[in-house]
Amino acid sequence: MFSLELSEEQRMIQDTAKSFAAEQLRPRAHECDEKGALPEDLLASAWELGLVSAVVPEELGGGGMKRSAVTGAIMLEELAWGDLALALAMVAPALFAYPILTQGTDQQKKKYLPLLLESKPAPLTAAVIEPVINFDLSELTCQAKKKGAGYLLSGKKCLVPMGSTAQSFLVYAAVDGKPGYENVGGFIVERGQKGLKIGERERNMGLAALDTVGLELAEVEVGGDAVLAGGPSCDFGKLMSYSRVALGALAIGVARAAQEYALEYAKVRVAFGEPIAHRQAISFMIADDYMEIESGRLLTWEAAFLLDAGKDAFKEAYLAKLYTDQVVIKVTDDAVQTLGGHGYIREHPVELWLRNGRGFTTFDGLATV
Amino acid sequence: MISFEVPAGVANVSKLVHGLAMGVMRKWARWADDHEHERCEEWVNTMWSLSKGGMMGSMTGGLSRKKKEDKPKEEGEKKKEVRYQNLIMAAAVEELSWGDAGLYLAMPFMGLGGAAVAAAGTEAQREKFLKRFTTADKPVWGAMAITEPGAGSDTAAISATAELDPKTKEWILNGEKIFVTQGKSSVEDSEGFVVAWASRDRKAGRAGIKSFVVEHHTPGMKVTKVEHKLGIRASDTASIVFEDCRVPYENVLGDPEVKEGFKGAMATFDATRPMVAASAIGIGRAALERCQELYEKNGGKLRYGINPNRLTSAERDLMMMESQVRVSRLLTWKAAWMADAGIHNNLEASVSKAKTGKAITWVTNKAVELLGPVGYSKQELLEKWLRDAKINDIFEGTGQINTLVVARRIFGLGSKELR
Ligand SMILES: Cc1cc2nc3c(=O)[nH]c(=O)nc-3n(C[C@H](O)[C@H](O)[C@H](O)COP(=O)(O)OP(=O)(O)OC[C@H]3O[C@@H](n4cnc5c(N)ncnc54)[C@H](O)[C@@H]3O)c2cc1C
Repeated sequence: MFSLELSEEQRMIQDTAKSFAAEQLRPRAHECDEKGALPEDLLASAWELGLVSAVVPEELGGGGMKRSAVTGAIMLEELAWGDLALALAMVAPALFAYPILTQGTDQQKKKYLPLLLESKPAPLTAAVIEPVINFDLSELTCQAKKKGAGYLLSGKKCLVPMGSTAQSFLVYAAVDGKPGYENVGGFIVERGQKGLKIGERERNMGLAALDTVGLELAEVEVGGDAVLAGGPSCDFGKLMSYSRVALGALAIGVARAAQEYALEYAKVRVAFGEPIAHRQAISFMIADDYMEIESGRLLTWEAAFLLDAGKDAFKEAYLAKLYTDQVVIKVTDDAVQTLGGHGYIREHPVELWLRNGRGFTTFDGLATV
Repeated sequence: MISFEVPAGVANVSKLVHGLAMGVMRKWARWADDHEHERCEEWVNTMWSLSKGGMMGSMTGGLSRKKKEDKPKEEGEKKKEVRYQNLIMAAAVEELSWGDAGLYLAMPFMGLGGAAVAAAGTEAQREKFLKRFTTADKPVWGAMAITEPGAGSDTAAISATAELDPKTKEWILNGEKIFVTQGKSSVEDSEGFVVAWASRDRKAGRAGIKSFVVEHHTPGMKVTKVEHKLGIRASDTASIVFEDCRVPYENVLGDPEVKEGFKGAMATFDATRPMVAASAIGIGRAALERCQELYEKNGGKLRYGINPNRLTSAERDLMMMESQVRVSRLLTWKAAWMADAGIHNNLEASVSKAKTGKAITWVTNKAVELLGPVGYSKQELLEKWLRDAKINDIFEGTGQINTLVVARRIFGLGSKELR
């Protein structure tokens, strides 16, 4: 029945993610961003937390924890509060593995899920976004044409997280070029496959620390056994709902980081003889941001709850993301504004959060819970 | 565990009240708007018979807030069942306001005055003042009078006074109150009462302010004006003047001494602000539903799931309206649930009120805008809903005042630093 109290387990996971974010991520976020890389040891220790791999079924040697979108959302908010690039790097393998977990064939599960149990991050990722204006999940330009028992994949992808080192890619494409979520299929492509070109490391406005690449696929041949759910299409709508919930939670994490930072700054920065927090122009802006964060979080959690309850939640997840996209943009911008000129300088993290936050309207399918 | 499942008790009340809203309120909504200062007999009588049957009493009597003496919850207590009284009330208010917000405010019930007695009164006071709302022969109203011509948001600046006559042990009230919701209904048209705020000692500032239950037709109390308004016209908004108005000693709520009385009075708002938000949500939902209906009837389709850049401007507005209604409800339910669970909710109550007041004002504005001349016409209720909704960003603390509460709480600043 209606309650907003975290369960014991949720509190534990939240605490784990929170302290990892505060102790490991936040202190190193700036350096990672400047260097444009996430250090191996950081990635490894994030992976060791086991937050992604806990759901591997027992029969495959995993912990068999029940997947919960609400719990996942709680965890991602904390990680993104620490650093968005690292949070995304950490869930990149899940972008491949979770669709396999929920929709994959037995053979696919056996082949890939145990990789999550290794001590190093599994070299798995997914390719959803395409480098076009008006990119639409329901009208992918990447296409899969039937050939024999399998498919030929052609098209371009971008923003593929951890793509430089990934071994296996789950590539989404419109089956026979037909529009609609219901006609999207997931195709497993291995590094080195003929026709697959993995691009250079991308340079984007934000997420500098995260390895993202573009893919070019020229008639890449995918066998019938490498098609998600046995093909031709999968339940792409559901996958994207999970993704939207994840992105909503991440956006709230980034926004909260910015709002909290601005709040603390406003308490100590003195102008005209008083802390700027004493002025409503500042304190009301931050109070509004606080309320919008709370709003976005509840919308996201509600959508997550519906998913956990086995509901479709397509609309709810879509609306939640639409909302949180705007929240993170407003709040990160307000944070830069609160710091004035100092907010514009890279010594303070608020400009990084603005750059990262700006991406959410583009990040379709870039995370999952 | 986090759960958004609607408790059965809440769902039942929603359903029950929805029938009433649909069957009676919608029928009279336009009439009531057109006939300001007239009473809608069918509505009042329907509600009164239900109140006497205990329905409204059980709803409105249930409002609870965390009391000072309540200890923080202990581990062992965790399993204690939450009774969802505040949540049920929020659901009922949403449905009633979906029917008609003006009629909701005008229904015979204890109102804010009663809520104050319920929250701050002693057992004896509750017995004495609240019983009438379920037992009287004829409809009864209750009201709360804080606002004065010279003091609205700044409640601590009120100038009405209460002097103790040492001989008779009576309070002598003097001053003018304005904008008293159901003020005329409470003190002139029925055997109700008004809870009036007055200062025992103006030099003491906040600490000197006390609230007094003034019974209907008390000599020295006079309704001097009933306002004409933008919306919620079914509800009377009265000016009440007190001139050497004598009130029995035991009608003071809370500690009569001059010390820290203000906080207690303000705490009533923690319970009532989410209800104001709930009222706004009902109006917003009505506007949203009607707007969606007309949009779709007109061949429009809401394409959830496509790239937001490809949505039409109207689609995007409608989706944002939907989110705003949903968000408002979630924030409000959070505040109400916290009260039910015995968690201090001062911050969340103001969050729900500030956000919802603004959000629903926007939603109802958009509804009128999207439907053009149809939205602007009195053939539809949309223009009325805009007018009705606006009050929720004004009374029980304006949007700014509730934002101020939020800001002070999150910054940890007092009223001296953050004004
Ligand atoms: C229909 C109706 C019913 C009402 N019912 C009741 C009732 O039953 N009982 C009752 O006691 N009162 C009632 N009120 C009064 C209502 O609560 C007040 O109108 C409201 O609190 C605002 O006070 P004010 O009108 O004096 O505005 P003011 O206090 O003069 O405010 C004017 C503007 O200044 C802003 N402002 C004020 N102070 C600050 C500040 N510190 N920071 C930033 N902005 C600020 C306000 O937000 C507002 O926008 C009712 C009013 C109406 C219209």
